[in-house]
Amino acid sequence: MELLLLFIVAAIAGMGSVLDEAQFHRPLIACTLTGLVLGDMTTGIILGGTLEMLALGWMNVGAAMAPDAALASVVSVILVIIGHQSIGAGIALAVPLAAAGQVLTIFVRTITVFFQHLADKYADEGNMRAIELCHAAGLILQALRVALPAVAIAMVAGTDTVNNALNSIPEVITRGLQVAGGFIVVVGYAMVINMMNAQKLMVYFFFGFLIAVFTDVNLIGFGAIGAICAYFHIQGMKKDIAIEEAAKTGGGKVEGDDIDDSELM
Amino acid sequence: MAEKKVTKNDLFWTFVRSNFLLGSFNFERMQAIGFCVSMMPILKRVYGDRPDELKAALKRHLEFFNTQPFVAAAIMGIIGAMEEKRANGADISSATLSGVKVGLIGPLAGVGDPIFWGTVRPVLAALGAGIALTGSILGPLIFFIGFNIIRLATHWYGVQYGYDKGTELVENIGGNEMHFLTEGASVLGLLVMGALVAKWTTVNMPLVISEYDNAMGEHVVTTLQSILDSLMPGIVPLLMTFVCMWLLKRGMNPLVVILGLFALGIIGYAVGLFA
Repeated sequence: MELLLLFIVAAIAGMGSVLDEAQFHRPLIACTLTGLVLGDMTTGIILGGTLEMLALGWMNVGAAMAPDAALASVVSVILVIIGHQSIGAGIALAVPLAAAGQVLTIFVRTITVFFQHLADKYADEGNMRAIELCHAAGLILQALRVALPAVAIAMVAGTDTVNNALNSIPEVITRGLQVAGGFIVVVGYAMVINMMNAQKLMVYFFFGFLIAVFTDVNLIGFGAIGAICAYFHIQGMKKDIAIEEAAKTGGGKVEGDDIDDSELM
Repeated sequence: MAEKKVTKNDLFWTFVRSNFLLGSFNFERMQAIGFCVSMMPILKRVYGDRPDELKAALKRHLEFFNTQPFVAAAIMGIIGAMEEKRANGADISSATLSGVKVGLIGPLAGVGDPIFWGTVRPVLAALGAGIALTGSILGPLIFFIGFNIIRLATHWYGVQYGYDKGTELVENIGGNEMHFLTEGASVLGLLVMGALVAKWTTVNMPLVISEYDNAMGEHVVTTLQSILDSLMPGIVPLLMTFVCMWLLKRGMNPLVVILGLFALGIIGYAVGLFA
């Protein structure tokens, strides 16, 4: 029964990883659900929160593919709950699992090329139902590529062989991994910042950093400060555009838009 | 011949199907099948009684497609409006439709990626993760509900607005409004990232630099961390972030960078640099 529920949760996470819509593949959700079906949701939530920070920058942009959060989340929770590992060990294990999951999804995305060509054939016949099935087939393969390994690992995770192997990791490694867990999240931050690719907006990054270093504002406060900064930034952009247009049309007074220039005089 | 008109119902089902756009993502034409399947309710309505036109339309929408999945809904709405006009005899060629579609991929991804992947998801995820670390179910719930409300609204209004405005919207996408939205989101996102670098990282360097008894007879221990904290707290994670950005920009796989940091943690702990 537990394995069946696990299979379903892992399948949903697997589908989520390719759809990238409802975010069932994100650690925060996938770990929580896996923890729930394995009877220890709190551990799932905590591990999910930790992994979520690690995976903050894992995103599918353009043709680039993110490391696989789905397999990493589900299997690391299995190892922590069934295999009685520490949260720290779960985080360390999540990294190679994300790489393995990435290989699996690349494999599936390559196989799906076959369904693409099948869909071409059905389009010639005007068979819409069959094209829908081609679509579903790709999705089902993505579900299986997480669900099957997850169930397989759940079946062996509780055994002595696996436990002994995991417990034989020396202390310097586990403590070191815990230490690294404190700053490993910077990779996620770096990915998000790189993705924005906005050199001239980096001043806002430093502003946020300085406020955080010297005050006790919480994350909701930062959201509000960010929104205010965004407002002023956009006002500034509007002004620049108005000035540019005025210069183009032969100068003169800046007209239009809702900026009150009298303040500047 | 009666005027072909896409119904509210068709748009609703296109919205539903748009949630599965990436289901059959493949390396050849990426979201192509997903786009075709999402367009089916509209295509069936406008070409239902002309099998040859329907086949041509299905083939047309099995062409390469790949953009940010939430903003793709707007493209479906726009293309839906154009297909409807074409079915009613407007002079819109297959090439024009493909041109508009492919032309929208880049600009919309350029808006959708920084807003959703760069700002909305990381900010909500960080907020949720922070609460989750205490073991509270509120963390995952806030992230899941918050993100999905924004996502579904984007899908829903994307399809509706795209259909209503049709090609009119194509010009707007390159316009100022979209640019404002993208930059505004980036400002918010970067500010929160800056805060996270300082707040949500733990680096402790207990390496003892000097140890002495001062004039008052107090024992003073200076560690590397206390020196760094007196200069600028959070400077180490800040530098680490920049090193990671640099490595990632040079094309290093993020998993390799993560493994490198794990190695740094283990070696640092072994030699007593970190604790």
